[in-house]
Amino acid sequence: MSVIAYVETWEGKFKKTSFETAAYAAHVAREMATDAVAVVINATDDPSQLGNYGISKVYSASDAGDFNNYTWANTIVAAAKESDANGIVISGTFGGKMIAGVTAVAFDGALVSNISEKPSSVSPMVVRRSAFSSKGFVDYEVKSDRFILSIIPNGIGVPQPESNAAEVVSIDAVTGDSPSVEVKEVDRVKGQIPLPEAELVVSAGRGLKDPGNWNLIEDLADALGASTACSKPVSDMGWRPHSEHVGQTGIAINPNLYIAIGISGAIQHLAGVSASNKIVVINSDPEAPFFKAADYGIVGDAFEVVPKLTEAVKTLKANQ
Amino acid sequence: MKVLVCISHVPDTTAKINFTSDHKEFDKNGVSFVINPYDEFGLTRAVWLQEKHGASVTVVNVGTAETEPTLRKALAIGANDAIRINAEPTDGFFVAKQIAHIVKENGYDIVIAGRESIDYNGSQVPGMLAAMLKWPFVNACVGLEVQDEKAEVIREIDGGKEKSVVSLPAVIAGQKGLVEEKDLKIPNMRGIMQARTKPLNVVEPVDSDVKTAAVHYEKPAPKGDCKMIDAENVAELVDLLHNEAKVI
Ligand SMILES: Cc1cc2nc3c(=O)[nH]c(=O)nc-3n(C[C@H](O)[C@H](O)[C@H](O)COP(=O)(O)OP(=O)(O)OC[C@H]3O[C@@H](n4cnc5c(N)ncnc54)[C@H](O)[C@@H]3O)c2cc1C
Ligand SMILES: Nc1ncnc2c1ncn2[C@@H]1O[C@H](COP(=O)(O)O)[C@@H](O)[C@H]1O
Repeated sequence: MSVIAYVETWEGKFKKTSFETAAYAAHVAREMATDAVAVVINATDDPSQLGNYGISKVYSASDAGDFNNYTWANTIVAAAKESDANGIVISGTFGGKMIAGVTAVAFDGALVSNISEKPSSVSPMVVRRSAFSSKGFVDYEVKSDRFILSIIPNGIGVPQPESNAAEVVSIDAVTGDSPSVEVKEVDRVKGQIPLPEAELVVSAGRGLKDPGNWNLIEDLADALGASTACSKPVSDMGWRPHSEHVGQTGIAINPNLYIAIGISGAIQHLAGVSASNKIVVINSDPEAPFFKAADYGIVGDAFEVVPKLTEAVKTLKANQ
Repeated sequence: MKVLVCISHVPDTTAKINFTSDHKEFDKNGVSFVINPYDEFGLTRAVWLQEKHGASVTVVNVGTAETEPTLRKALAIGANDAIRINAEPTDGFFVAKQIAHIVKENGYDIVIAGRESIDYNGSQVPGMLAAMLKWPFVNACVGLEVQDEKAEVIREIDGGKEKSVVSLPAVIAGQKGLVEEKDLKIPNMRGIMQARTKPLNVVEPVDSDVKTAAVHYEKPAPKGDCKMIDAENVAELVDLLHNEAKVI
């Protein structure tokens, strides 16, 4: 028996969500009194470092070619069989969501997705997931011998690393049975941490009045080392790219800090951000509904408050 | 060309969500239901394929009789016919299995679903459906052009976009970008009248094993009070974020 983590890499490298997935699998394995192993595909970073997060053995396939969800899923399931796993843990990133369903069918296991906490029981497996766009939680019980747990990226966090090296075993990617997908072009935004992984997010809405005013937002984000986001009308009007749109119909995020500037706090917006650890709202209208969902609030004009805030952050950073 | 659009019947985006007092169920009282917003983009994209390429568009839902108004709305938007698989949609696997059966029976060139249902946010059905059919799968699709036996697609990836070509038949899980918001079709009077007489076929589900069960529902803990800081004193906010919240 074992629990296997599919540990994603981006352009070969591990990120925070990679370690989060490894650590989650290690936790589940400990609870089940079994081993945690991992599978990595096309990793250039050294897989043995997953030992720091409780993984004893890593199956590494390095010849998988362009991303193909079937190749990935079949390789994960092959590694799961090899290690006699009864559970697979993956991260609910865009990449994870491409493979979760296919992996579940190939593994013939029960898939629980959007998981926000560690299991409350492992026998039977009962695990809490977020639902109704963060307006509720549902505990699921797994009714099958095998399970696939897909965790919310950045939701559960990464424990302090230990210093253990995992054994690394090379395996072949399973390319045979995959319907053809010909990748033409990959276009990755440079320089900014993808939103679902960002710890700190500065977001702005229609209150900013004009796309030309976004330098205010970018300056604050730069000072904090934060990623930028926006409300739906802002992306609808083309002021900001669609990939920055957060909310019920955009991306759901759960950063450590979410700063909302000139955003009213409509229920559909809150649906995508209310899982954030701390929320700061800056709005000129004291009645803006967002204040009800905030931890800290400033009633004021963004054009005056934000530059001052940026300066204050710079002062803090300079003294650190 | 035959297009199947999967329609999930979900609480309106403004709905307040409540659970029954025993925490065993989602309380539907007073909640109005709509076509899942992600599926609306797919439906409009499918109707364009109908208008430009003469495709036939079928909509499918796994649900009880209460979802029929949602399917009628999809017919009013322009689908040719509808199928309701008469069962409570208990989990993603169950739904995928039911739709896979319909696809195998009727044969389609493309299945368009949504990236996720806004009720259970599972992002499960389309990928499982593709796997059951062994068809290519494109998640978070923001661009779709169909040509002959192929589709050129753009999908969101972590921190960017990827353009690729997949062979048809395929399963597409879409969102805004398949069409733009302003282009979403809304039912007009003529559409609503026609929808009344379009076929809505009810079929019984096939057997499926139970993989998961929802056992307990709970609302998030209420937020504490918001601490207000004077606009003239932003340094205090930075101090609180650093020393109290410890987030910067
Ligand atoms: C089906 C559906 C899905 C939706 N999905 C989403 C979604 O995913 N994400 C999303 O964001 N929205 C979504 N919406 C839209 C949502 O209902 C709101 O319309 C939207 O969030 C409002 O955006 P906003 O707060 O930027 O703009 P507004 O509501 O116009 O608010 C602007 C705010 O800026 C403040 N302001 C103005 N001037 C200043 C100033 N100088 N300084 C400080 N503050 C100022 C105002 O007081 C106001 O509160 C959806 C709607 C529907 C119907
Ligand atoms: N009960 C259902 N009937 C028909 N299609 C569904 C149903 N549930 C989900 N889908 C489709 O699958 C997509 C993703 O849903 P989910 O996997 O539940 O997040 C939805 O956008 C729909 O297109």
